[in-house]
Amino acid sequence: MKFGTLDVLQVALFILSLAVLTPIIGSFMAKVFSGEKHFMKSFLGKTEELIYRVCRINPAEEMNWKEYTFALLAFNFAGFILLLLFQEVQQILPFNPQHLPAVSWDLAINTAVSFVTNTNWQSYAGETTMSNFVQMVGLTVQNFLSAATGIVVILPFIRGIIRKTTDDIGNFWVDVTRTTLYILLPLSVILAIILVGQGTVQTLTHYHTVKAITGQGQVIPVGPAASQIAIKQLGSNGGGFFNANGAHPFENPTPLTDFLEMLSILLIASGLVYTYGRLIGSMKQALVIWSVMLVLFVSMLSVSLYSEWTFHPAYASTPTMEGKETRFGITNSVLWEVATTSASNGSVNAMHDSMTPLSGMVALVNMMTGEVIFGGVGAGLYGMFHFILLTVFIAGLMVGRTPEYLGKKIEAYEVKMAVIGVVAPSAAILVFTAIGVITRGGISSLNNSGPHGFSEILYAFTSAAANNGSAFAGLNTNTVFYNLSQSAGMVIGRYSVIVPVLAISGSLARKKSIPPSPGTFPTDSPLFGFLLIGIIIIISALTFFPALALGPIVEHFLMLAGKTF
Amino acid sequence: MDNKSGVGLASAFDRNIVVQALADSFKKLNPKTLVKNPVMFVVEVVAVVSTYVVAQSAIGHQPSSLSFDAQITVWLWITVLFANFAEAIAEGRGKAQAEALRKARAETFARKLENGKEVNVPATELSKDDIVVCEAGDVIPADGLVVEGIASVDESAITGESAPVIRESGEERNAVTGGTKVLSDRIVIRIIAEQGSTFMDKIISLVEGAKRQKTPNEIALTILLSALTIVFLLAVATFPPFMHYSGKASGISVNEYVSLPILDSLLVCLIPTTIGGLLSAIGISGMDRLIRKNVIATSGRAAEAAGDVDVLLLDKTGTITLGNRMASDFLPAPGIPVERLADAAQLSSIADETPEGRSIVILAKERYGMRAKEVRDVGATFIPFSAQTKMSGVEIPALDGLGPRSIRKGSGEAMKKFVTEIGKTFPQSVQKNLEEIARQGSTPLVVVENGEVLGIVQLKDIVKGGIKERFAQLRKMGIKTVMITGDNALTAAAIAAEAGVDDFIAEAKPEDKLARIRQEQASGHLVGMIGDGTNDAPALAQADVGIAMNSGTQAAREAGNMVDLDSNPTKLIEVVETGKKLLMTRGALTTFSIANDVSKYFAIIPAMTGALYAFGKPYGPLSALNIMKLGSPESAILSAVIFNAIIIILLVPLALKGVKYRPVGASAVLRRNLLVYGLGGIIAPFIGIKLIDILVNALRLV
Repeated sequence: MKFGTLDVLQVALFILSLAVLTPIIGSFMAKVFSGEKHFMKSFLGKTEELIYRVCRINPAEEMNWKEYTFALLAFNFAGFILLLLFQEVQQILPFNPQHLPAVSWDLAINTAVSFVTNTNWQSYAGETTMSNFVQMVGLTVQNFLSAATGIVVILPFIRGIIRKTTDDIGNFWVDVTRTTLYILLPLSVILAIILVGQGTVQTLTHYHTVKAITGQGQVIPVGPAASQIAIKQLGSNGGGFFNANGAHPFENPTPLTDFLEMLSILLIASGLVYTYGRLIGSMKQALVIWSVMLVLFVSMLSVSLYSEWTFHPAYASTPTMEGKETRFGITNSVLWEVATTSASNGSVNAMHDSMTPLSGMVALVNMMTGEVIFGGVGAGLYGMFHFILLTVFIAGLMVGRTPEYLGKKIEAYEVKMAVIGVVAPSAAILVFTAIGVITRGGISSLNNSGPHGFSEILYAFTSAAANNGSAFAGLNTNTVFYNLSQSAGMVIGRYSVIVPVLAISGSLARKKSIPPSPGTFPTDSPLFGFLLIGIIIIISALTFFPALALGPIVEHFLMLAGKTF
Repeated sequence: MDNKSGVGLASAFDRNIVVQALADSFKKLNPKTLVKNPVMFVVEVVAVVSTYVVAQSAIGHQPSSLSFDAQITVWLWITVLFANFAEAIAEGRGKAQAEALRKARAETFARKLENGKEVNVPATELSKDDIVVCEAGDVIPADGLVVEGIASVDESAITGESAPVIRESGEERNAVTGGTKVLSDRIVIRIIAEQGSTFMDKIISLVEGAKRQKTPNEIALTILLSALTIVFLLAVATFPPFMHYSGKASGISVNEYVSLPILDSLLVCLIPTTIGGLLSAIGISGMDRLIRKNVIATSGRAAEAAGDVDVLLLDKTGTITLGNRMASDFLPAPGIPVERLADAAQLSSIADETPEGRSIVILAKERYGMRAKEVRDVGATFIPFSAQTKMSGVEIPALDGLGPRSIRKGSGEAMKKFVTEIGKTFPQSVQKNLEEIARQGSTPLVVVENGEVLGIVQLKDIVKGGIKERFAQLRKMGIKTVMITGDNALTAAAIAAEAGVDDFIAEAKPEDKLARIRQEQASGHLVGMIGDGTNDAPALAQADVGIAMNSGTQAAREAGNMVDLDSNPTKLIEVVETGKKLLMTRGALTTFSIANDVSKYFAIIPAMTGALYAFGKPYGPLSALNIMKLGSPESAILSAVIFNAIIIILLVPLALKGVKYRPVGASAVLRRNLLVYGLGGIIAPFIGIKLIDILVNALRLV
């Protein structure tokens, strides 16, 4: 097997499709957020009004950043409690054809946190742990709401930039309602229908028992999968209906579903950058951000493809097929891997554990950047805001003025918040990994030894703190230690980024706006894009280089020397 | 300017300052003061820890790595000392400046009036509202207001300007500064400042750095640097667990690779010590650069804000044009010879001591060789300018067979009224010329003799040489210039075009200035202005950077946040440049500091991890990361630590002088600084560490 024209074409088609769909979905979302007229309103406008009336929300009422933050946290906390409750009493709730028992407390906490924070780390196998009720009413609902939570966070930031000397940064309830109703629901319905058409299962019947070739009975789990899969791909959730996730033929039956599911991973995150440009009134600014994301994405993809397609004498067969999605081939496995880790999605169609060390490192680095390469829906862009502000601050000083971004001065408060947003998740990764590799509770879960084992633990905590949710596998994380430490990592990774963004939004909204001049530090030039890439790479690399050296890097050198783990 | 700071730099390294700075470097090790600089404080803590470890080994635990550990520890201390030295030398330069100023005050005795009697008291014992007397030859003991008398004062001690200035009781010129000298007459002064807060004391405490508070940008930068320090603290603190895991997997003990001195080295190399060590030196020398330009900022905040200013309000007179209008042409009425006009104009101006009047006399002399006649001797009477008639002139009695002459000159409007009132005509062509001159931005004066209109003297505003280029530079820097003038719109527009300002306010009243500043600020601009009069005070206070001229009124001086001792209005531009330089230096060294870390990882990480997964071979796979091919793990670590320390001292001159500033757009500045300090910051330490490593190995230090 060789990397050939078809592989190039597939990657090219993927990127091209993304580029074409971005402005379409982006401009639609801009209309939704700004409250303009759009075609979905004629179908669902009444529903929106009804929701406001039932929930006693005054859509014209604005919130300051503290109220907005409180509403967001309260909303997520309520989701957490509800999800926890469902899991603990699923045996007495309907739609439990397999009579699955209550979920253990630590796993329930882990799962609830995981789905509320848009991580969708799964320490369990869906089909043997969660009832259909929990999957549909609990997990799928949170798939929508956690995605909506992520998306709405960029709106106060945008308002902070375009508004002047005000405390108002929008109404959380209105933002969440519109996002869910007009964006996430319709897109999911469309995708789910296509998936069902291609053969993804969607049913509420019992699992099937069939006679296998050997004559023994085999249970074939089925369930309402398509509806959950659509949103888990679109909403950068990633938690599969089945344990095998995107590699399961009932989740991902055909090359077309594979392509669409991959595209869905990046679709909204990419579109939001366009939306951002539209709402702040400068497409050039958005184009620079989007280009930065794309350049990083293509670079990471190239490294991973190179590593997977290169001959490694340590392996008998080259390229290595272990853990790959054989139906779709190496390129599609790698493409999914890079997309899912850069976009905080976490769904997989191949086993990252089996990838070559450099390829595994790409997945790690994607997450260690704070998931800003497109990133989770909303999360990628708001994570990027932190990096943009840091870049503006460091480089802005060099032009001899108090740094400013889009007319807003970047001062001590913004720097403090941006730094928290960048540093806190990294701190969580390093500290929990350090605990993991020296405690019995951490090491006893390992299936592999040496640097690969190290990577497995590093990956688990990176995935949690980056709210990615993909697993390197090879590590049994359904233990009290991992369930709880990861829950902590997920909470830190999510809210230590969101709250500072909202705080910055409030602070920006209060500021005056400085009109641009030739003395203004330009943030819409290729030079700025270049700088932004530099800051993202340098900050992530400086933080994680020692850890990466002892994981994938040393493993890579060892593999070259013929030793594998 | 660059020359000046070059000279200053040479003097900065004179022996006294260096010796004093060396002593101060050790005094500054006091953790109580060092804690204000989080980055260097961490280095000190780490150095203490290493010292403890070395002391333990010396007592007898692990003598094998003693020499190496000791050397590391010494260099860690040197890192702190170098940073302290950078700050001390910046302060030393400021102090030297301050000493010179202070000397002027040290020996001063004041003649204090107590119950009408003069008492000699030391200047330092004066308090607010004391009344003192100063006569010719006395040094004014403290800042005050003249309450009685008039005197000429030599203010060269603070302004460098040798020409004496007049100070008198009243509203406008009553402010006197301590340390200046009375040259003639006698004045009575009311002291307005408490001792310790006089003008000079303010200067002294500011340049010495004693009262220096962190500026907003400095605070933001310190937050960023602290955060980076925390990140690296975590990266280093979590490394031993990672190493122990990996050691177990490779079947070796890693204790010797994660010893405290080695971890300390890694931490100190990674945290931004370069910028952390130089940050306060940059701030102090920024203030110092202002003082070298004879501008005193009342706070570091003002110096920094100067870099942000993007609208400058400039008074036309004195800043954009030479102080006064000059006669530039004679335009006779039809049928009048130009000589006759020139002669009449000259006669009417002889007694006119204003610069305009003199310029008419001079122009007539230069153009037509006319000598000012001694008209006083023939009993001529001069009619001074009055606000009612708006004209001036001369009455010359009949003489040498000529009839009596009555000459008047004044503005076009006034003269027209005058001529028509006595029943004479005002020629059409003169009227035309009047309009034409006004369009050009000049001022016409009409000359009339015995009721007959002779013609016009054109008075022109002379735009200062080079000012247009200056404004073009400012525009490139993104700074808008607004000219303020009392002239009418037509005149103002013409001068604005000639000088190349972006905008102007004509027929400006003091309130207009204030309104304009508020308006610019409301739309997000930062406004800088320079002013002198009492009625400038509100505007100076409102402006983000208000520079009061030292020749100005006390009210103006207190309202502004900077004082220009030279009273030179174009200073504003230099102040802005200094502010920008200050910010740029910080940004450049921060970038350099962070970029440096790349190489340090490549020096230290392979040294620490090279033995892992060796499985019996002499080197493990990670020694491949040793791309600099450093001699040994020990020499690699030591070289990185040494480089990290000496780069601070190597960059002290840059911190003191500031990075080079060019008046070009932000993009160009950024591109250049990125290349030099970003890319340079990545590459330079690779070379530096390699060279030090060669030296360390050649000297067999490890």
